[in-house]
Amino acid sequence: MILHTLIDYDTLRVIWWLLLGVLLIGFAIMDGFDLGTAILLPFVAKTDLERRVVINAVGPVWEGNQVWLILGGGAIFAAWPPLYAVSFSGFYLAMFAILFALILRPVGFKYRSKRESASWRSGWDWALFVGGLVPALVMGVAVGNVLQGVRFHFDTDLRIFYDGSTLFELLNPYGLLCGLLSVAMLAMHGAGWLALKTDGAVAGRARAVGRIAAVATVALFALGGAWLWLAGMGYHIVGTIPADGPSNPLAKTVALAPGAWLANFSAHPWMLAGPALGVLGALGSLALLGSRSQGGAFLASSASIFGIISTVGLSMFPFILPSSVDLRSSLTVWDASSSHLTLFIMLVCAAIFVPIVLAYTAWVYRVLWGKVDARAIADDSSHAY
Amino acid sequence: MELNVVDLSRLQFAMTALYHFLFVPLTLGLSVLLAIMETVYVMTGRPIWRQMTKFWGTLFGINFVLGVATGIVMEFQFGMNWSYYSHYVGDIFGAPLAIEGLMAFFLEATFVGLFFFGWDRMTKVGHLVTTWAVALGSNLSALWILVANGWMQNPVGAAFNPQTMRMEVVDFFAVLTNPVAQAKFVHTVSAGYVTASIFVLGVSAWYLLKGRHADLAKRSMTVAASFGLASALSVVVLGDESGYLTTEHQKMKLAAIEAMWETEPAPAGFTLFGFPSESARETHYAVRIPWVLGLIATRSLTQQIPGIEELVAGAERNIASGIKAFDALQQIRSAGSSQAIPPAARQAFEADGHNLGYALLLKRYVDDPRQATPAQIKAAAWDTVPSVPTLFWSFRVMVGLGFFFIAFLALFFVLSARRRLDRYPLLLRLAVLAIPLPWLAAELGWVVAEVGRQPWNIEGVLPTVAGVSSLGATTVLATLVGFVAIYTVLFVIEMSLMLRAVRKGPEPDDAPEAELIPQAFAAAE
Repeated sequence: MILHTLIDYDTLRVIWWLLLGVLLIGFAIMDGFDLGTAILLPFVAKTDLERRVVINAVGPVWEGNQVWLILGGGAIFAAWPPLYAVSFSGFYLAMFAILFALILRPVGFKYRSKRESASWRSGWDWALFVGGLVPALVMGVAVGNVLQGVRFHFDTDLRIFYDGSTLFELLNPYGLLCGLLSVAMLAMHGAGWLALKTDGAVAGRARAVGRIAAVATVALFALGGAWLWLAGMGYHIVGTIPADGPSNPLAKTVALAPGAWLANFSAHPWMLAGPALGVLGALGSLALLGSRSQGGAFLASSASIFGIISTVGLSMFPFILPSSVDLRSSLTVWDASSSHLTLFIMLVCAAIFVPIVLAYTAWVYRVLWGKVDARAIADDSSHAY
Repeated sequence: MELNVVDLSRLQFAMTALYHFLFVPLTLGLSVLLAIMETVYVMTGRPIWRQMTKFWGTLFGINFVLGVATGIVMEFQFGMNWSYYSHYVGDIFGAPLAIEGLMAFFLEATFVGLFFFGWDRMTKVGHLVTTWAVALGSNLSALWILVANGWMQNPVGAAFNPQTMRMEVVDFFAVLTNPVAQAKFVHTVSAGYVTASIFVLGVSAWYLLKGRHADLAKRSMTVAASFGLASALSVVVLGDESGYLTTEHQKMKLAAIEAMWETEPAPAGFTLFGFPSESARETHYAVRIPWVLGLIATRSLTQQIPGIEELVAGAERNIASGIKAFDALQQIRSAGSSQAIPPAARQAFEADGHNLGYALLLKRYVDDPRQATPAQIKAAAWDTVPSVPTLFWSFRVMVGLGFFFIAFLALFFVLSARRRLDRYPLLLRLAVLAIPLPWLAAELGWVVAEVGRQPWNIEGVLPTVAGVSSLGATTVLATLVGFVAIYTVLFVIEMSLMLRAVRKGPEPDDAPEAELIPQAFAAAE
């Protein structure tokens, strides 16, 4: 097959770095409001009917949204196999915690309202809350640790070893800060969704809690940036690395470079659009949650998520997963991808299917458009959770 | 027995995969049955078919949700527990998984919400399209997963790249059209149809025994019996195709299934029954049918099927060749630039590179395969024999059940055609009791496929012991215990909700009789 040489290997790598961002952002926006709604569940709903309204606000769509995560896993596996291998096994217990929570979540949605018993329902309400909180928190913690560098190294056979990266080591102050940012960001986003899909007391409480979350998002994001700057986090590739060379991380030299994570922003000022969008989106969400706006707050928090996740990606480029114990083992865009052919094939698949997916997802949301009907849930006339 | 990280990781993967597959076959089959029932509703306009779709849809939903929940675990576990595997073959193996998400699972999961929530929000045809989208999505999902699994059994279209120390794709079309994957796909999907048919048949039989919902039950049984019979026939026919391909691609698996220790003159006999002994390397009290195996496996009277001992001798030769490849690889890697590679090493790797995996089998015994003693090579060659008694028995029970399903479904097909479904309570009782059997057959099918692949992660390419992550055994033990705990709890809950929903029965459907000519057709005229 010669066709794949139509696009250079290095270009394909950058495209797939962008697509990795699209997938993570897509997941955080689409499944993020499900997670955020679950986080808000104990705070915005007081009665069983209110809780059912909240659950049904995401009931018909969470399954489709969760595919963003599954697709993210699959696409990282296909396009960035070393990243998939290192991160999933290196964060082993953290991944297990996420899986445990994500197993509870679907079951909670489906099974909660199948019985009348109050203890049955409150048990599942807690499961749903945990199912939203734990993934949001742990994924944020993981990002915080990636920014600091993770304790792994390759041997010459590219077998991966971890130098004591236990779950508790991940829970360092900076990791926790990023974890809280992630929770606040998704709670803000979930509030935007509830403002759109519900009315009355639930929507009112969601707007109030969402505004607190929006303030927390701005504060934690700013704090995270300041900390990054003060601690001088960053890594730097020494010399040049062929952008179209084989994907073997051991071929390069890496040095610790204090402040390198901010260097991209001074070299390419347009990248400041990322953090700016993160802050402005959250402020917009704060303002719009306070107004009568319906969908505006949701769009604003989506923009904020887009900005915050892009900020992380842009600050680290070309690094994807730095190693803090064996610097040259760090994974970068130039040496952690699939082969040229695989990246090309996957790009063709993405080009065909992503528009199709977006089209039918939009159609489904259109069919389901409108507020959750509390009366229909109360008299069980709809197939509601 | 001291548990090591390899055994624990295998146990965890086997447990989570077999558990996941408790839900998959019913999803595959019931989604199609729902689509068929709803199609009849849209074409005839009779509300009972809508009621049937909704009722079986409720059971589908309870089952589906656990399939989704446990499926995420599958997608993540490769990276978590099998990180060297993920690095080594991610270039090929990751692609079908990603395409599965993009092309199939998105379709299924996006529309499944609409299936439950959309009854009053769409036209009849709109909802029917939704149901078919769910069925199509789940079946396409199986296609891509089995393309991935088929590649583990028969790794076509890929080559080892010394620079990146991994397998890389060279011919993606070959990966897609892998005959093993195609045969597995149709076999697995048909098995899912049989599972759902027997499930629908059994639950309906229970209603007939209790004298409830006779109308819904009989109609459901008619659909299930005819759809199930066609599928059960195709399971056996396509399973046979699978067997034929196994002869070609996984000779050791076939020999182990048959407990055929020595090569026998063609056409080989089929051992119906016996007690294979791994220590004695023979099968005691074997009851044999002459010729049958030779005919099934080679479709000829003259072609020989190699026995285990002959295949082990072949593996020993492959190991010798693998050692040469390993040596050449070390020279290539220490050469630095590609110009500095000694031509002899390059030639040696080209000649023997495909057997590199066999050298890795020695890693269990010695760090550098080149230092292996003849005794170690012999031991490694015998390691290529999977557990013979496990395969022998799993296969026979699975096939026995397969033939039973044909007879059973044919019987109900005849009963339904002659409108005598409610005449024989004993048969109805049998139908209720038969509900768990397709699950047993499906799980055993995976045991045959995956235990039969041992000692390999990727047949002939990467040994299982090499693919594992460098995790502590206690860590893996902890997550294994965690999975067993949550899966057990969820299984109990799922079964109780299933039984409740069955006992409760279908919701009354009071909607007025639809017009005789459905709107969709009226509009088209």
